[in-house]
Amino acid sequence: MADFNAITLQLKGIRKAYNIGLPAETEVLHGLDLTIARGEFVALIGPSGSGKSTLLNLIGLLDKPTAGELLITGQPTTQLQDRELTLLRAKAIGFVFQFHNLLPEFTALENVMLPLLAARGRPDEAMRLRAAELIEQVGLTNVGKHMSNDLSGGQQQRVAIARALVMQPALVLADEPTGNLDTKAADNVFDLLRRVNEASDTSFLIVTHDPRLAQRCDRIIELVDGRIDSDKANRVSRP
Amino acid sequence: MNSAMPFEWILAIRFMRQARMQTLLIMAGVALGVSVIVFISALISGLQSNLFRRTLDFQAQIIILPPKEVSRPLHQAGGGVMLATLVQPRAQRLQSVDQWQTVLAQVAKMDGVSVVAPVVSGAGFIVRGEANKAVGLTGIEPETYLQLIALNSKIIAGTANITGTDILVGMDLAKDLGVWTGDKLNLQTASGGTATLSIRGIFDFGNSGLNSRSVYIALRTAQSLLDLSGGVTSVEANLDAPFTAETVAQTIQAQTGLKVDSWIATNAQFFSALEAQSMSNTVIRFFVGLTAALGIASVLVVSVVQKSKAIGILRATGTSRQQILRLFLLQGALTGLMGSLLGALVGWLFLNAWRNIAVNADGTPIFVIDFDPMLFVYAAVGATLVGILAALFPALQAARLDPAVAIRG
Repeated sequence: MADFNAITLQLKGIRKAYNIGLPAETEVLHGLDLTIARGEFVALIGPSGSGKSTLLNLIGLLDKPTAGELLITGQPTTQLQDRELTLLRAKAIGFVFQFHNLLPEFTALENVMLPLLAARGRPDEAMRLRAAELIEQVGLTNVGKHMSNDLSGGQQQRVAIARALVMQPALVLADEPTGNLDTKAADNVFDLLRRVNEASDTSFLIVTHDPRLAQRCDRIIELVDGRIDSDKANRVSRP
Repeated sequence: MNSAMPFEWILAIRFMRQARMQTLLIMAGVALGVSVIVFISALISGLQSNLFRRTLDFQAQIIILPPKEVSRPLHQAGGGVMLATLVQPRAQRLQSVDQWQTVLAQVAKMDGVSVVAPVVSGAGFIVRGEANKAVGLTGIEPETYLQLIALNSKIIAGTANITGTDILVGMDLAKDLGVWTGDKLNLQTASGGTATLSIRGIFDFGNSGLNSRSVYIALRTAQSLLDLSGGVTSVEANLDAPFTAETVAQTIQAQTGLKVDSWIATNAQFFSALEAQSMSNTVIRFFVGLTAALGIASVLVVSVVQKSKAIGILRATGTSRQQILRLFLLQGALTGLMGSLLGALVGWLFLNAWRNIAVNADGTPIFVIDFDPMLFVYAAVGATLVGILAALFPALQAARLDPAVAIRG
């Protein structure tokens, strides 16, 4: 298991503005404070344009805040260079996107291996075994050798989840992971996320439009106009 | 996935295989360019080495001559007034290179000089019975001279190794006089020298002028016939690098004060033709290379746009900027390399076909094609470098891609 603090993610006064210094300067996030503990399963909701995607990019270290500090497993990140950010991102954060999650040039299994490959440079047997284990965990053993384009949307999202977990990250960020799926497939993918969360210390932050799915998370944060409008614990009835 | 292969290679090859049509088209483009370069280079270097051989077979690269004798106008003692108003250039008599042994030793010691030989040349008559023929006679020391001029390979009967009373004559002269090796000839000169010489060898320079008007005799025989005892009319030298002849000639001229001709200066026209050919070859190479580079670059620019989501995902899952940069440089390099190997093969096939098609009536090739296998290596290395250079801009573009923007796309 990855070595991280009890606090997975901490935001202190995070601001994000675009077009700085231009007449069109706009601040999208207005000083957010937020803490996510180890193993939490959090939904991030809010209307379009509320800054959800921007926030997710900042937390995912794909973008830098204009002001404030962002700590991943206790480590401050705003002063890090691109190289260090890439390393930290690879080690601590897993991504599941809504569309085009996988590289069509590779099989499902190989897609799961990619983060390990990027980190270590050359493929080896241990990587293959680790990827196969995750493919099994997401229930796709029988299609692991298929090219990722040949899989259904639900299967592709499962592969993406397996890939997000392959580095044993502290935090998985999922941007509308089920937005592209029909209800049944969406349920399956969501169940998988929950199961993985329960079986590990990995925290999840899931952006969703679907209130039904949000209700199945431990905590719901609502973002409105770049501010946290509400942040409340949610009692989930477990089957 | 091949375990021996690094991450960037695996990605590059998969990306190229996925975009099969793009990859094949651009490789075909590179291949075509390389095959044109291979073909033209082989043709031109064949042409050049052919011309080159034809020229240098009969001529030393550097010829050191005594300075021309000049007329000295008379001056009034103390004044500057010229007394003679009409000054005729002097008739140039045959004269020896001053201190030629020293000059020979000095030139032999110079860097890059491969062989030096003393030569006595002058005019004479061959007399046999009623017939007499004017000839240019060249007195040589076979041990050095035969390294200077490819005389040995032109001998069709006998040998070029001449001593005291031997003579080498051209094929046409021998026919005109009805003589062959072993026969005797009488050689006379204007200064009254006369000698009876036996034919040691017959040569064929492939040129009837040379074949009917030149003869070779031993150095000492020539000296006594031309009344130049102990002297030589020129010292001739060859170099390891024939194209440095002009510089070397100027150095020798500066050091000795003698008149020094290089084959480059005496064949200026031939040289400007060679240079024009080389230049046109360079221009062709440059533009073909540029076209290939632009082709590779444009394909990769499109590829970066097409793959921007993939690049975003790779960056999000821990791939560094440097890895992305290498990924695209590698695609450029691989396109160049594979294209050039293919092109070299096509060029080679084309050359072979050409060799069989472009022949004279007697079956000998019209153009001698000089095929250097290193050309393949140069083409491959060159095309790979061109590929990397061409990929530089698209690769930087890819590496600079903001992953957040790329994924949102």
